[in-house]
Amino acid sequence: MGMTMTQKILAAHAGLDKVKAGQLIMADLDLVLGNDITSPVAIKEFQKVGVKEVFDRSKVAIVPDHFTPNKDIKSAEQCKFIREFAREKEIENYFEVGEMGIEHALIPEKGLVVSGDVVIGADSHTCTYGALGAFSTGVGSTDMAAGMAIGKAWFKVPEAIKFVLKGSLPKWVSGKDVILHIIGMIGVDGALYQSMEYTGPGVASLSMDDRFTIANMAIEAGAKNGIFEVDEKTIEYMKEHSTKEYTIYKADEDAEYTREIEIDLSTLRPTVAFPHLPENTRVIDEVGDIPVDQVVIGSCTNGRIEDLRVAAKILKGNKVKKGVRTIIFPATQKIYLQAMKEGLLEIFIEAGAAVSTPTCGPCLGGHMGILAAGERAVATTNRNFVGRMGHPESEVYLASPAVAAASAITGKISSPEEVVK
Amino acid sequence: MKGTVIKYGDNIDTDVIIPARYLNTSNIEELAAHCMEDLDKDFVNKVKPGDIMVAGKNFGCGSSREHAPAVIKAAGISCVIAETFARIFYRNAINIGLPIMECPEAAKDIENGDQVSVDIYTGVITNITKGKTYQGTPFPEFMQEIMKAGGLVNYVKEKGE
Ligand code: SF4
Repeated sequence: MGMTMTQKILAAHAGLDKVKAGQLIMADLDLVLGNDITSPVAIKEFQKVGVKEVFDRSKVAIVPDHFTPNKDIKSAEQCKFIREFAREKEIENYFEVGEMGIEHALIPEKGLVVSGDVVIGADSHTCTYGALGAFSTGVGSTDMAAGMAIGKAWFKVPEAIKFVLKGSLPKWVSGKDVILHIIGMIGVDGALYQSMEYTGPGVASLSMDDRFTIANMAIEAGAKNGIFEVDEKTIEYMKEHSTKEYTIYKADEDAEYTREIEIDLSTLRPTVAFPHLPENTRVIDEVGDIPVDQVVIGSCTNGRIEDLRVAAKILKGNKVKKGVRTIIFPATQKIYLQAMKEGLLEIFIEAGAAVSTPTCGPCLGGHMGILAAGERAVATTNRNFVGRMGHPESEVYLASPAVAAASAITGKISSPEEVVK
Repeated sequence: MKGTVIKYGDNIDTDVIIPARYLNTSNIEELAAHCMEDLDKDFVNKVKPGDIMVAGKNFGCGSSREHAPAVIKAAGISCVIAETFARIFYRNAINIGLPIMECPEAAKDIENGDQVSVDIYTGVITNITKGKTYQGTPFPEFMQEIMKAGGLVNYVKEKGE
């Protein structure tokens, strides 16, 4: 029996010729990541291990992005703690406010991950880098601590679901709609403990930003990782951003999958996930009349340059509906700068939106746009759990940047087709 | 371990176990006061040391915050039984030494307030109130070793790697 892409990467990093689903292995790590919420816990655990230095100063990344720029004294203390650790251990990839961005947009942009890598991050959306053909998965702080100390982590080799993509996306339909469609179909535990492997002729039509969005939300289907087959676009992206050597793994012809799901991209519609689970999806045509108080465009799911371009295309020459707070947060400084150069920020501000410095802020109900009881937001983020963006009685609807921007103009969840003729 | 059951439903996510708005500290005792707050305001008042939490599918889905199993443990819960666990929660629980057990049958059958005992090494769950036993999935040996060592950090230390 052959191996899936994920299984091949894991075997190579465990020094084995072959692995099979269910096997427990110890694998070498190419990158260990943490943020300002998970790193403090990890550092305290790291100190208990009793090693003096991290296993490799170039293979640890710490990105304070959640409560930064620090929203209060407690967050400032947490960040100070990790900053001092990063200095003392001479961590090469510690990113301070000003160079910091949302970790999952920043790490690929800085070229820290390439295809064939094994990455763990103490943040569940670490699965984002599967877009590059890497095995990357979210873990907890203790795994991060052990990873920093010994450069290894234990894994149970996952089974996989194969997604065969065909065709190409229609106008105003994006990677976000693909993944919401999938989660709506298989459920929030539809890929529990498994890999989601994307292949087929339709992959080529997806931009890297679309792929990052799709891989990002693998965790919302319960998956261990999401991974895309490497193609020319991936290689081009890696050459542009990284100097690291990459390895391309392809699944064997006879690799075993628990399921095979074919998706014709050309049939998809803009899709919205209703509260309070990402699986509660409806296509835009069936959404009905849902007025919103706030629109949030950004996050590690949809805060990349293409997301901002789409939003700008829709907002250009329009005004945000009076009373609808529209907050746009580019995911990294580089994206922010690019958006400025392209005139996107001007379009946003003229439309009446607020533009924020890169931060996780509103996505996790941290700061910079918290909802009150009874308020409703449409957001391009990835989770709509109870209390995710603020008060436990607030509501979050998940959608693409195109739908979010259109909704900002009309004040209710809307299709871009309604506002751009 | 033996205790009284506090039962919840499917897809209990880490945001309701411990809301992100409190995570500007990593002090687990302080955080434990907010455990389950957005779902069950009364939890921290009613939970007694040794109580067992039972839930449905996909327990602990969402964020990777290890604060979630840590606050459940700090609140006094001795074991979590669920139909299935979200994978990051699963590994975090093992890594920090919170006993957990996957057993769909028990998770469905056990009711709030039942007296239950659990043997995490054999996977046998006994419902004392109902006089029933269920067979859960015991941990593979490797994970048992981590649990016995008291978590991953001690395990790594012992191995001296
Ligand atoms: S943007 Fe949201 S989902 Fe992404 S890392 Fe930040 S808090 Fe997590």
